[in-house]
Amino acid sequence: MRRGKPGAVIAFKAAKTGNLIRAAYEHPFAIRFCHWLNSVSLLILVASGLRIFMAFPSFGPKVPQKDFLHVPRLLTLGGWLGGALQWHFTFLWIYVATGIVYLGYHVLSGHYRQVLFTPRDLPGVWPMVRHYFFFGRKPRVTHPYNPLQKLAYTSATVLGVLSVLTGAVLYNPVQFSLLARLMGGFHWARVWHFAVMCGLVLFVVGHLIMVILHGWNNFVSMLTGWKKNPEYLP
Amino acid sequence: MFPQLACSTLRSRALRILALGERMESFTDERDFRRFSRRSLLKLMPVVLVGAFAIPRLRDSLLEKGLAFSDWASSKWFRAGHPAPTYPDSELAPLTQFPLNSYDVDDPEIDLGSWTLKVSGEVQRPGEYTLAQIQELPKVRQNTRHICVEGWDVIGRFGGARISEFLKLVGADRRARFLYFECADDYYESLDMATAMHPQSLLCYEMYDQPLTRGHGAPLRLSLPTKIGYKSAKYLTSLRVTNVLARKGYWEDQGYSSFYGL
Repeated sequence: MRRGKPGAVIAFKAAKTGNLIRAAYEHPFAIRFCHWLNSVSLLILVASGLRIFMAFPSFGPKVPQKDFLHVPRLLTLGGWLGGALQWHFTFLWIYVATGIVYLGYHVLSGHYRQVLFTPRDLPGVWPMVRHYFFFGRKPRVTHPYNPLQKLAYTSATVLGVLSVLTGAVLYNPVQFSLLARLMGGFHWARVWHFAVMCGLVLFVVGHLIMVILHGWNNFVSMLTGWKKNPEYLP
Repeated sequence: MFPQLACSTLRSRALRILALGERMESFTDERDFRRFSRRSLLKLMPVVLVGAFAIPRLRDSLLEKGLAFSDWASSKWFRAGHPAPTYPDSELAPLTQFPLNSYDVDDPEIDLGSWTLKVSGEVQRPGEYTLAQIQELPKVRQNTRHICVEGWDVIGRFGGARISEFLKLVGADRRARFLYFECADDYYESLDMATAMHPQSLLCYEMYDQPLTRGHGAPLRLSLPTKIGYKSAKYLTSLRVTNVLARKGYWEDQGYSSFYGL
């Protein structure tokens, strides 16, 4: 039996309607577990990060200070700088740990093939963009992830890695001085860290919109692993 | 994995495996599907434990542990011999643009003429040390980056004696864990021995080649390029070499990181 393996498909008759239903196992436990723990920590890191940012909401010099942006208190976490730093310094470890397990599982199991964007996916991106944003015809669905999805999830993963690297430089710019130099120094690392955060927030917003549009089935598949009647099954 | 499926005769008849490309397809019934989807859902339950952070009493102690873990990790990858970057004079911020961050007063009105640094604790030669005695030690001048916990940073020029040289002068026990400083403005600060021994850690009496101004901590302050800004205490009045800290520091005791190495 390969029921618990990614890619496994199971069929059963729905008791009420008598229809044959097929379900595919898309997300193994490690991925689902990391997905949820990582999303909670990302939310906390963004909110506490914005509170930390408000202690000096600028990317320029301290004297004279020119504020870049004011973040409403409602969107922040921690209450004061010290509190926000505690949240940030606690949840970064959960974020990093789930990130490592997530990446490690993908690589070691070969599961990454389902979602990793490669140059071969390039020609498929535009038709999906045309479909989603310009009312184009829907391309035929042949795989769990379409090329645009692969691009989105792969970029989000890259952003996740960058958020950790830029964060490491902000936290310990002396110990990670080589990395700091690559980023243009401590000052620029702060800019990159903020930019990467913006990218991740954009991804999450887009991700949530797509989950809402594509409905319950998709959402459930990240909870149970199984997706009922996926379009790509022949 | 699901032995109960295999023993039912009805199901074993229905249990066929079809090859769909590379996929394996098997038959079951709806009840079983519901059962094992529910089981996979339940396996995610540990994620709910994060909810402990919503309970105020647990939250405070969990966050404290999180911060302590961060401090511990960052003290592990602190390298005693690894220098903080130094910068050419052209990258210095002018002294007028070097921010003054004082927690209460800009000038605690020290009488500079009679000022001494009182040294006590695990040292062979405790007592009061004058600024002249500190200035007799080899002088180090360095352009380093001062980074504030708020997020701003500034490259400044600092001059002074290495803390390590001063510890030698007073005969400090280097196996002691901490240095504890008190200041004229009631600020206080602690420093781990490894950082104190770092060659760039200074008892600083000059900024931009001029004696410290009152606002910047005259007559003596710390300059620690491998620590976050609030560790570089100003207006020093006493130093104790110790293994036990009753207090960790003005900001640390309010919940800020106590190691905060850079």
